[in-house]
Amino acid sequence: MSFFFEVLIGGLLSGVMYSLVALGFVLIYKASGVFNFAQGAMVFFAALTFVGFLEMGVWFWFAFALTLGAMVVLGLATERIVLRPLVNQPQISLFMATIGLTFVLEGLAQLLWGSQPHGLDIGIQDEPLGWISDATGMNISKFDLAAAGIAAALVTSLALFFSRTRIGRALRAVADDHQAALAVGIPLQQIWGIVWTVAGFVALVAGMLWGARNGVQFALTFLALKALPVLILGGFESIPGAIVGGLIIGASEKLAEVYLGPYVGGGIEGWFPYVLALLFLLVRPEGLFGEKHIDRV
Amino acid sequence: MKSFTKALLGLAMLGAAATTHAQNEQFVPMVGYWVGPYAAGGSGIFGGMIDYINMVNARDGGVGGVKLTYEKCETEYNNARGVECYERLKKKGPTGATLVHPLSTGITYSLIEKGTQDKVPIVSIGYGRTDASDGRVFPWVFPLLTNYWSQNTAKIKFIGSKEGGMDKLKGKKIVNIYHDSAYGKETIPVLDAQAKKYGFTVTHIPVPHPGNEQGAQWLQVRQIKPDWVILRGWGVMNPVALKGAAKVGFPRDRIIGVWWSGAEEDTIPAGDAAKGYIAAGFNVAGSNFPVIQDIKKYVYAKGKGEMEDPTRIGSIYYNRGVVHGIVTVEAIRKAQEKYGKKPLTGEQIRWGLENLTISEARLKELGAAGFMQPLKVSCLDHEGGGAVKFQQWDGKEWKVITDWITPDRDLVRPMIEQSAAGYAKEKNITPRDCSKES
Repeated sequence: MSFFFEVLIGGLLSGVMYSLVALGFVLIYKASGVFNFAQGAMVFFAALTFVGFLEMGVWFWFAFALTLGAMVVLGLATERIVLRPLVNQPQISLFMATIGLTFVLEGLAQLLWGSQPHGLDIGIQDEPLGWISDATGMNISKFDLAAAGIAAALVTSLALFFSRTRIGRALRAVADDHQAALAVGIPLQQIWGIVWTVAGFVALVAGMLWGARNGVQFALTFLALKALPVLILGGFESIPGAIVGGLIIGASEKLAEVYLGPYVGGGIEGWFPYVLALLFLLVRPEGLFGEKHIDRV
Repeated sequence: MKSFTKALLGLAMLGAAATTHAQNEQFVPMVGYWVGPYAAGGSGIFGGMIDYINMVNARDGGVGGVKLTYEKCETEYNNARGVECYERLKKKGPTGATLVHPLSTGITYSLIEKGTQDKVPIVSIGYGRTDASDGRVFPWVFPLLTNYWSQNTAKIKFIGSKEGGMDKLKGKKIVNIYHDSAYGKETIPVLDAQAKKYGFTVTHIPVPHPGNEQGAQWLQVRQIKPDWVILRGWGVMNPVALKGAAKVGFPRDRIIGVWWSGAEEDTIPAGDAAKGYIAAGFNVAGSNFPVIQDIKKYVYAKGKGEMEDPTRIGSIYYNRGVVHGIVTVEAIRKAQEKYGKKPLTGEQIRWGLENLTISEARLKELGAAGFMQPLKVSCLDHEGGGAVKFQQWDGKEWKVITDWITPDRDLVRPMIEQSAAGYAKEKNITPRDCSKES
């Protein structure tokens, strides 16, 4: 039984890591209704830039600040060059633009920093906690627990930012209705710029944690694919939904791989979350925490 | 008018000279990957190969006076793009493509029939279709130096030596963690056959592409409690596996990686989790070999060179690329012995490959003694070598810990012949009679 719990807890902690990536998607979708396909590439870009500065000998927190600055510039440039010219265009056009942005970011990151994998040490060892192992026989990673703590802090701050600040309320107004928000004087473009900046910050945190866990390399861009079923489950517009969706996906994929995998040849955790998400779509298309859309005919 | 005619004549002569010069070239397509998830391997290997070719051009004026040329085409390790690159480059140069190194098992599979039809040799050094080692059925495919099955039997020999003898393998448990792809699955049959032969149990655990999440797989390892783990990864899967092993407390010196899991790019991102990890290799790391020194002297000292980061020169992947370059150049040289010192066709190069011998003495002449194993290819045997060395990561660099370990040919060769015969039957191929080949 302790093995079952070990798989379950390991899955939940992995799920928190998926949620970190999913959060970036939610932020942009909430504010602009755009599904930002480039979020995975942003994670890669941020992590590679951060590690690039570190390897140049820049002090850790200064490297963090410089990378954050780069992500702010990137966010603002995306709003100015990619999104603004597409205002009032169909959503699919904006989505396609973010696909293009993905390739640009992937290419730019490799052009600037090269295609070599890098190690990243953020001072937290990815090893089991001794006292838990001794007491329960279960291996729970220090790193995964720390990542869960960071994700919880990030979600709480973002939730407070959106509910308690002027900008947060403006953002929610924009999310509800662009035209109404504009009519009451909310600067749409400024809000979009802020949201892309915050999404860049989330991408940097996710990139640092995933980079420390797996190494900073191109495969970080594939994290976007891990975040998709999380979003379908949790809802594209909900920050708590990203967390809950991540936990469900993380736990279910690990349990499925360990307990169902051997009967079907294994290697199912790549597609199992999508099956789960598709089944969920049939029951609740808007996701667990997504807003139900009622259209008048 | 007279001066105009002279000028025209001069231009015509210049054009003719340029054409003659352009025609005295041997074209080598570089169907590889420099970006994407597997760029570290692609850029290192193609970097080494291109640098070697440029060094041969600069130092020796080419091969037999024929200058080597190349063109890069990006595949991103994608089969469709690999085929597209092959199609684009196969007719380049005065005689078409010399040969192709697809650097991907998947792309190699996709090119076997095309290469056979187009008469372009497909060279897959240390990867590709294992049963293509039977040259009677696969005349155009050369899985040179060592194939996956040979490597695997050498690996079990190594494990046997660590356990105190092959008879001690009885009752042991081995887990094979593999990349869930054509490459990853290639060794399942030989491992099963070895398990039967030596009495150990083997559990195959796949990791979905790209392998950046392996928590479940390593928990399964923890549950099975194996004596050894074979890691058959590629790209990000390797450091993640080493970190996964650390997370469940599995000792790294009990993990034996394949040669696509044993480069600096696999261990450095894993940090301390990689210390003690062992991997196979058909070339070694290091930049003290005369061949690498020549590359530095004739290429890098002149401000040229493929590697943006010069610290990668002498790394496992870079040196593997130099091995690719040596094999390519020596095959051209061998073919020139028969067909003359001129640009040769793929068909002529195929003969060169099939009759290629790189002895210890020749390796010494090339400045590559101890760098790679000697090679002797024949119509029957398109592998030509088969041995591997094992190396261990000490936290900073790879240290070679064994001499060349030969494969279990008694097990591997019949399996190769049986599998190749199956392919021949399926494709309606009549195997060549090697006694009639010259």
